[in-house]
Amino acid sequence: MITLHINGQTHELDVDPETPLLWVIREQAGLTGTKFGCGIAQCGACTVHLNGQPIRSCVTPVQAAASQQITTIEGIGRGDAGLHAVQRAWIDEQVPQCGYCQSGQIMAAVALLEQNPAPSDADIDAAMSGNICRCGTYSRIRRGIKRAATALAGSSGTEGPHNG
Amino acid sequence: MGKWTRRAFITTGVLAGGAVVIGVAIRPGNRAGKVAPLIAGEDDTVFNVWVKISPDNTVTAIIPHAEMGQGVHTTLAMMLAEEMDADWNHVSMIEAPAHTEYANYALAKGYTAGDIDFPAFLVDTIDGIFLTATQMMSLQITGGSTSVPTTGQHAMRVAGAAAKAVLLQAAAESWNVPSEELTAKNSHIIHQDSGRRAPYADFARQAAELSQPVKPILKSPHEFTILGTDVQKFDVPAKVDGSASFGIDAQLPGMKYATVKASPVFGANVKSVDESSVQDMPGVRKVINLGTAVAIIADGYWQARQALVKIDVVFEESGNETVEQSDIFEQFTNDMDTAIANGDEIVDFETGDVNAAMASATRTVAAEYRVPYLSHATMEPMNCTAWVHDDICELWTGTQNPLGFAAEVADVLDMNLEDVVLHNQYLGGGFGRRAFPDYAIQAARLAAEVHYPVKLIWSREEDMRHDHYRQASISRFQAALDGAGKPTAWVNQYVEKHDPREAPYIPYGIDNQFIHFAESKTHVPWGFWRSVDHSLHAFFTESFIDELAFEAGQDPYQYRRDLLENTPRFQKVLDLAAEKSSWDTPLPENWGRGIAIHRSFGTIVAQVVEVEVTAGKVRPRRAICAVDAGFAMHPDGMKAQMESGIVYGLTAALYSDITIHRGAVAQSNFHDYPMLRMNESPDIETYIINSGEKIGGAGEPGTPAIAPALVNAIFNATGKRIRELPVKHYDLSSEGLESKDVA
Repeated sequence: MITLHINGQTHELDVDPETPLLWVIREQAGLTGTKFGCGIAQCGACTVHLNGQPIRSCVTPVQAAASQQITTIEGIGRGDAGLHAVQRAWIDEQVPQCGYCQSGQIMAAVALLEQNPAPSDADIDAAMSGNICRCGTYSRIRRGIKRAATALAGSSGTEGPHNG
Repeated sequence: MGKWTRRAFITTGVLAGGAVVIGVAIRPGNRAGKVAPLIAGEDDTVFNVWVKISPDNTVTAIIPHAEMGQGVHTTLAMMLAEEMDADWNHVSMIEAPAHTEYANYALAKGYTAGDIDFPAFLVDTIDGIFLTATQMMSLQITGGSTSVPTTGQHAMRVAGAAAKAVLLQAAAESWNVPSEELTAKNSHIIHQDSGRRAPYADFARQAAELSQPVKPILKSPHEFTILGTDVQKFDVPAKVDGSASFGIDAQLPGMKYATVKASPVFGANVKSVDESSVQDMPGVRKVINLGTAVAIIADGYWQARQALVKIDVVFEESGNETVEQSDIFEQFTNDMDTAIANGDEIVDFETGDVNAAMASATRTVAAEYRVPYLSHATMEPMNCTAWVHDDICELWTGTQNPLGFAAEVADVLDMNLEDVVLHNQYLGGGFGRRAFPDYAIQAARLAAEVHYPVKLIWSREEDMRHDHYRQASISRFQAALDGAGKPTAWVNQYVEKHDPREAPYIPYGIDNQFIHFAESKTHVPWGFWRSVDHSLHAFFTESFIDELAFEAGQDPYQYRRDLLENTPRFQKVLDLAAEKSSWDTPLPENWGRGIAIHRSFGTIVAQVVEVEVTAGKVRPRRAICAVDAGFAMHPDGMKAQMESGIVYGLTAALYSDITIHRGAVAQSNFHDYPMLRMNESPDIETYIINSGEKIGGAGEPGTPAIAPALVNAIFNATGKRIRELPVKHYDLSSEGLESKDVA
């Protein structure tokens, strides 16, 4: 049995310890907001936070995440009132198109802003270039991050229930 | 997005309690009655197949198109709400069920008839013919940038206006006042003289009994209050919190997971499969031989995938095992030469006398261009969940053609079409790929072998190696220039024509033109790829016109502009792009500027790219886009589609090539089929022209012109002319003549 703490909830799961965390999150924990894109850490669609750090869950064996804090898109914020500043900025900038990569983009952006509340364009490039968007929403993602940074600066960074 | 219920679907013919169903605006005959059980709730009033009103006065648009990020669910609802004078804050949408009544007769009509306006007395007949034809073909397609120009213009707006007309009539009867004294606004009917105001819902039942006008009067753009505004898209909130349900997210009780491996060489059959090599692996349930592919069903995807990697499968030889990419280009060249030698060129477009013009030319110019095969590489790999139970087959997937998928599955499983129930989900990218039902057929065949639901997920490698590819092609040009450098003859021979017919046509005033092609079939499966043939022909034609400008010693913008003097609509779009780019201002060292213009799907797009080429590294810095689609229904959505088309096209131009090695696709994942990333993506500015001309599409027209604008910019920066995509194969770091590293 492996113990996983996902979005503050504890799961005791009987899985092969080599199974990538992605599939355990999606199939055992039933949290489908985290996406499968490539399986080789090339696209970032599967990005989740492990102790607040963005990781590629498609290449992370579940045992490497055992007993640590895992945050998925579902743990970032939900519902009108509960949205994270990044999610709100994504709505304001109308970022998503097909939307499939956006969970991963948002997880990468949230992690960036936690470490760097006022990122430059170069900082954004460095943090976000591991995440592919096939619909080409990059310019809106960039605007969304800047908008969220401004919003967080105005509210001392405590918006939303994020605890990753 | 709202959902229609399965219960409703399988009880077709039995009306949901209280639903009022009547004859229809769009086409005489009671089509609404056939679908009311699918789209109506307990007390909803269905006006026609496209709209219903609920007791709380919510207006719901029934959208027969798939949402794949192009915003169609929102834009089409706007078109209906506009004509209906609905309160946008109380408008919702549901995607239409995969049902023959939603076959895109408007789409077929637009395509086959060239979107001409029929005389009123013919409309009923023509609509009837096209609906019947499209029903027979099970067409319910989202593609070709047609949703707004066809369904939106011919169905949504008409349906909204017709519903409003009968609501006004019903209110006039109810209040016993002349209907001319009534106005409709924000989903309410108002009688100014008596101060009465009541919601649409009050008159819905009564209105639905009335006969709706077949050709109601539509608004002019200056009357619009919803269209032309930037409302928020319906699908965005669910796409920021992980709750949006894509095909891959379907979850059913007792569901198992499957993955497949098809023959690397397209179409070869399985010769043998050794099930014993995986039968003891944990979680493995079943190995199924699908003929040209082997599938493994397991308790989880990872277990299925691990087993698929391990299983011993031998494929038969199909005869294509030795085909290399170079063989394909050689075949193209030979077939093009043979066509000319035998005089059996297939004429695409011919005007004037090119031979005479070439003979009297001051100068002639020739060039040859090539483009590779391309994969769609949607972010969401192909997948479908299928469940065969109680004599029906249910499918959960993302598709651009739900009715066609259901029909194909019904055919393969030998079921009636009405027994295949397709629940269309959000598409994690479509770009044309999700119009092909191969993955849904596989899933249905697997589900037919077991008693539980099966979620089939293709690996990224399977997705890339079993796509339906944009064709590779060659285009050869010859042109004649007069003493002033103006082209007097334009000869273009290319290979492999698909759609649309007009893709190789040019807007320029050149008196003598001969455009022709040769057929040259390969074993590589073909598919619609964002903008289809436009994606190659804009690169060909807009590169060559740039070369002519250079040969003529003229500015490439002014050269084009002069040749567009008889097509002022094109000229305006070109001018706007040039103006917004500050075309005549100098750029930093190692930067270059390139321009291109192309019309596709009824929309004219001109783009300027500014590129930096430093130490051989190509970096597009800025892209300026001017677009005229007649009228932008949802301007921010139009801009988003231009941004998307530009990044999609730049990715292909810079990096993408699918190559054939030993009969199979050599690439497998994003490491060897790379995508443009944020740090490589240019700043994009889009400027919209609402010319009032016929409405064009938005999803595809942003793509074609960006590749030639890029290579023209590279030429401007380096003096090196790129004639074969992708750009990555060129060594741009060296001085002097262009060189190409094709290793």
